[in-house]
Amino acid sequence: MSGDWSANAHSLFKEHGIKQVAYVPDAGLSGIIKASLADNDIQTVPLTTEEEGIAVAAGAWLGGQKCAVMMQSSGVGNTINMIASLTTTCAFPLFMIVTMRGDYGESNPWQMPMGRAVEPVLEAVGVRCLRADTAEDAADAIQAGLMMSFHGGEAVAVLIGQKLIGAKAFSAPAAQDAAGD
Amino acid sequence: MSKNKLFRRDVVTKLMAVRGDALCISGLGSPTWDLAAIDHRPENFYIWGGMGGAAPTGLGLALAQPDRTVWVLTGDGEQLMGVGSFSTIALQQPKNMAVIVLDNEHYGETGMQAAPTGRGTDLAAMAAGAGIGNTMTIRNEAELDELVAVLKKGQFPLVAVIKIDVATGETIMPPRDGKFVKNTFRSAVLGPDKALHPN
Repeated sequence: MSGDWSANAHSLFKEHGIKQVAYVPDAGLSGIIKASLADNDIQTVPLTTEEEGIAVAAGAWLGGQKCAVMMQSSGVGNTINMIASLTTTCAFPLFMIVTMRGDYGESNPWQMPMGRAVEPVLEAVGVRCLRADTAEDAADAIQAGLMMSFHGGEAVAVLIGQKLIGAKAFSAPAAQDAAGD
Repeated sequence: MSKNKLFRRDVVTKLMAVRGDALCISGLGSPTWDLAAIDHRPENFYIWGGMGGAAPTGLGLALAQPDRTVWVLTGDGEQLMGVGSFSTIALQQPKNMAVIVLDNEHYGETGMQAAPTGRGTDLAAMAAGAGIGNTMTIRNEAELDELVAVLKKGQFPLVAVIKIDVATGETIMPPRDGKFVKNTFRSAVLGPDKALHPN
């Protein structure tokens, strides 16, 4: 697949019959969000907090539809009880795309602890993590994750690393000027 | 039981009498026992945990099944924990979905501690503020009759907050195996073949 992982993700959603995409926005997700909004066959469900998306996905499955849930890594912290109690207890399939913060090249210390916690915390409540650091990895992991969740009955999170989406720049204007010198 | 407050089991009995073939999601604690006691059927998805998740589960279902009516039956504490979902639901404007909150102003399952709903927090106002067009607060039999009429007409999306007494009925437990409840529900809604062989 070509280099644009967001476009690949959208085609894979279509191929796998994803009908709902529930998300809290993140910069790294903006491409897939845009593609989902422009697609009349996909219902986009913006959320006020990430655990709602876990429940929306369960409800979609109860009604015979597949829902992908997308969030920034910080939001993973909000989902844990909903995943443990609802998804894992009832063995709902779950497919998540998590764009990482507090990861490769991060300069905001407030993001670091949750970034480090994402994998162990998700694994602890029964979610398998597939890590992707290149566009190719991302397409492979999304394809694999969609199979594992909606056919294999698993809970899967594809973690898109900052090596792929880039680290957000944080520097004061003065510092930027200095850096530009 | 105080004389002039509605009793939850009577309320649920009255509502279920006009349920028709609506799909029902119940929130953890007493609403789940109420639904199991009064109208147990395969088209019930009983939630025993995941506090705050009943309404968004109902939303995912309502979007997936636009030709079916979806009722979420939950409590004030459960709904308060997922109160942002009023905004999430309002954004979608599902024409087939009602959230019915049995509001006893207490956390019933944990020892009847006072909840904010008894001290000024108005869930119907919060739903209206989130953009839910039809909101009601029900305090007596006459208002309950109005809710029944609104449910029959299907004026959705709807959030109805029913002020009830703290008294509970006999604890009637539905099956507690979540996988079984999920598969039973899916088989009833989708047919056994599609439910057990998704593609």
